[in-house]
Amino acid sequence: MSAGLESVVELLKETETLRKIPLFAKLEPSKLKLLAFTSQLLSYDDGEVLFHEGDLADCAFVVMDGEVEILAQTASGDVVVGTLGKDELFGEIALLNNAPRSATLRARGRLQALRITDEMFLSLVTENPGVALEVMRQLSDKLARTHKQVEALQGELSRSGS
Amino acid sequence: MEPTIFKYILKHSRKEQILLLLGTLASFPFLYMSLDLPKTIINEAIGGTNFPREVLGYGLEQIPYLMLLCSLFLMLVFINGGFKYFLNVFRGVVGERMLRRLRYQLFNRVLRFPLPHFRKQSQGEIIAMITAEAEPIGGFVGDSIALPAFQGGTLLTILIFILVQDPVLGAAAVALYPMQAYLIPKLQRRVNTLNKQRVVQVRQLSDRINEVVTGIQEVHAHDTSRLELADFSERMWNVYGVRLQIFRLKFLIKFLNNFIDKLTPFFFYSIGGYLVIRGELSFGALVAVLAAYKDLSAPWKELLKYYQAKEDVRIRYELLVENFEPPGMLEERLQAEELEKLPSLSGTLIATNLDLREEQDSADALVGGASFKFDLPQRIAVLGKGGSGTDRLAIVVSGVDRPLSGSITIGGLKLTEAPETVTGRRIAYVGQEPRLRFGSVQDNLVYSLKHRPLREADYGGKTEQQRQRVLAEAEITGNSAHDINADWIDYDSAGVSGPEELTDRLIEVLTLVDMDMDIYQLGLKGTLDPQAQPELAGRILEARHALRDRLKDPEIAPLVELFDRDRFNTNMSIAENLLFGTPCDKSFDIGNLSANSYVRKILRETDLMPQFIDMGRKLADVMVDLFADVAPGSELFEQYSFINADDLPVFQSMLARTEGVPHDALSPEDRNMLLSLPFKLIPARHRLGLCDERMQEQLLKARHAFAEGLGEDTRSVEFFDPEGFNSAISIQDNILFGRLAYGRARSASEVGALISDIVEKLGLRRTIMEVGLNYSVGIGGTRLSAAQRQKLAIARGLLKRPDLLVVDRATAALDPGTQDKIMRNLLEEFEGRGVIWVLQRADLGERFERALVLDGGKVIEQGRFADLNKPGTVLQQLVAAT
Repeated sequence: MSAGLESVVELLKETETLRKIPLFAKLEPSKLKLLAFTSQLLSYDDGEVLFHEGDLADCAFVVMDGEVEILAQTASGDVVVGTLGKDELFGEIALLNNAPRSATLRARGRLQALRITDEMFLSLVTENPGVALEVMRQLSDKLARTHKQVEALQGELSRSGS
Repeated sequence: MEPTIFKYILKHSRKEQILLLLGTLASFPFLYMSLDLPKTIINEAIGGTNFPREVLGYGLEQIPYLMLLCSLFLMLVFINGGFKYFLNVFRGVVGERMLRRLRYQLFNRVLRFPLPHFRKQSQGEIIAMITAEAEPIGGFVGDSIALPAFQGGTLLTILIFILVQDPVLGAAAVALYPMQAYLIPKLQRRVNTLNKQRVVQVRQLSDRINEVVTGIQEVHAHDTSRLELADFSERMWNVYGVRLQIFRLKFLIKFLNNFIDKLTPFFFYSIGGYLVIRGELSFGALVAVLAAYKDLSAPWKELLKYYQAKEDVRIRYELLVENFEPPGMLEERLQAEELEKLPSLSGTLIATNLDLREEQDSADALVGGASFKFDLPQRIAVLGKGGSGTDRLAIVVSGVDRPLSGSITIGGLKLTEAPETVTGRRIAYVGQEPRLRFGSVQDNLVYSLKHRPLREADYGGKTEQQRQRVLAEAEITGNSAHDINADWIDYDSAGVSGPEELTDRLIEVLTLVDMDMDIYQLGLKGTLDPQAQPELAGRILEARHALRDRLKDPEIAPLVELFDRDRFNTNMSIAENLLFGTPCDKSFDIGNLSANSYVRKILRETDLMPQFIDMGRKLADVMVDLFADVAPGSELFEQYSFINADDLPVFQSMLARTEGVPHDALSPEDRNMLLSLPFKLIPARHRLGLCDERMQEQLLKARHAFAEGLGEDTRSVEFFDPEGFNSAISIQDNILFGRLAYGRARSASEVGALISDIVEKLGLRRTIMEVGLNYSVGIGGTRLSAAQRQKLAIARGLLKRPDLLVVDRATAALDPGTQDKIMRNLLEEFEGRGVIWVLQRADLGERFERALVLDGGKVIEQGRFADLNKPGTVLQQLVAAT
């Protein structure tokens, strides 16, 4: 049966990338391939915006090649607050809580990204306990980090206030 | 409507019924003669002596005499048949006319029902009553008087004949009739009661189905399919129970009838035979009596059947009358009246004690009444929580429905008693759930301008005669004499001179409701017949060339892969690459290509066949691998798989079975299955690496061979021609003449903007919008989004330029930005005219001059909005809540 798949080089390359992402690491090979097949491989030019802050979220992205900048709106204009590189997944949280985009993402240099649709991503989460557990783990990590930051900030506040 | 079916029949078809009766009576002498003649033939001509006989002064021998009588008999048969034919046809005509009249009256009544009535009586019931349940009534009408007369008369004629032959035999023939006449109606009455039950049950059943179908989402959402099935099952059981009882009774009646039928001949044979043997009755007479008796049972049965039908129809009719006379129905004249000059609605609007409840005993609003007063033209905001009566206020103040009590006057004109000519033309009401009709966007817009036929349709010669017939028939049946084919559009009321200006005005109102872009987009997606509009097609081609020039810019060139006869297009499917055009014949549809003998011939000739089968096998492998675990109902199949869920296992087993089998050893079925797959491959989208450059070269050669082979034959495929408009693809695709590149995120938006720019520069926008105006909105407008439907409904209201615009939360389904924009546009457009707007957000009230605040069906605050928006008022609470 794999006779046909050997020639499917491009798809396999994407599948390999997806496997490197912790969230998808434990997925069966056929599920990974399906994920790659149902996703869209998009190329962006330097400075092209993937999505704006406040947009409705209908997909997640995986960087295949190139870099993405995260922009935050401030009073003095947009500021780059971080970058994402090869093999990184982003935009998936907004799919989970059905929220608008929390930041603007922009290509730095030429970028190739795999666009995963919300339906596919959500069906992966609901049908694969492994993925769901991984999502929870990452979210609780994030929550714990935020909690610590808040505590630290409160500590600073009370110190400076006294 | 007349209370009973016979009164109805007599009122509307007295003349016809009399004619039928006269015709029937005229047929009897001939019937009697045709019965009497056989006796003469047997006794006189065959068994007679003393010839020659004198007939009309001629002496006739036995054989010529026999022949004469037989010819006479034949003639009578013919005359009797003729009578029957003409009476039957005429009966049919009378029945159909009455049915038409009845249905028309019922539908006319539906148009005048008070609105709340539609909550009590379902759509399904109304439909069933006007269509299926009225049908038997029409059939009965033609029979109602003539049939008992005819069959009764026939029966009587035959009976008299038998009695004349022999009173004893006659008495025997009818001996059992009294029993039948007593028993059968009694049983029949029970059948009727059951039938009535059945009618109600079936009506409820259709209602139920309707309810489930319209609420199908709820069934899925709450997993209640089993509940619905159980409910349906129970209803069917009840229907079955009633049906079974009906069957039992019906066939008992049949049994009794048959039995009695066969009992009478018993008397004939025994008594008649005895009399013949004794020489007291001639043999000819017995034969004639027996022949006559055979004819006797038919009318008797018909009479019994008539009785049953009469009972059935009587009940149906009474049910119809009962259901189509709800209290509070609109008077007919209020819809039919046509005023010479329409009053303009301005001055003081005074509402006194308006009862805003839907029905007398409803619990939704408190007893009391709303009274208010303001001057028109002004902008009035109406505010209130749900159930406060605001929606009903909007309906009542716009004359869409009448209040239970209370009155509204505008400048002295009593609105509650004004005909719809006034309210429907001078006031526009737009509600929360507007309904669209099947047809184009334009049809739906001009619906508000079609009050009566204004310009006659052009009928010439023969069609004019046909039209006269239609009119005459409409008059006979009391139907509408208005011609649906005439031009009904009231251009004056839209403020335009004719169709050309109307289009401008349509675009104008669509712009006011922020729908111009939607229509433009629909136009771009629409198609065009280049034969009918060659000039427009030519200008679209201009746009195509302009776009081509713009796409030479290397920045944007990669966003589109243009159609080029000599280049493989990776953003098109292999099927499209091969055809390089659009199929005109079903056998060239993408799904049918693998079975198309011409396509297969080309594949063989260009040596592509083995590669296609190879590719097919690889694709099947990939699909089975990817989709084997996907649930069959998943949308993924629909969107991504080359093989649908049902066929996947078939492919799976086929692959296992043919592993390692060479191409030429494959069975034709397996071959077909594999061949169907490669056509669907779009190389740039599917990224499966299955179509390398060598393959692309070969496919290009196949494309050329394909086109050459078809030659001048244009019935199969319409080829992509850089200088020709393709009628099968949209205007947008005709301008683009290529495919957006799959891998480029910004291609759709940038190319879309580019096309808009070109369209604008070439002055094509209006023309494309005209195409968009012809877009079919689908049943109930479902091919438009909810927001588009609302916008369209508002635009429809604006088109007739009313004196007063009444809006009931009609923008609620739109996003806040659009709501805001539309409200500003409308208020500006209606400068100098009246606007009453039930607001979904109280803070929007600032834009209005006055405000009415409702609670429990009463006006609790009214005045200038600014004056009311102060601490302590209900209005301020409402504003604060938003």
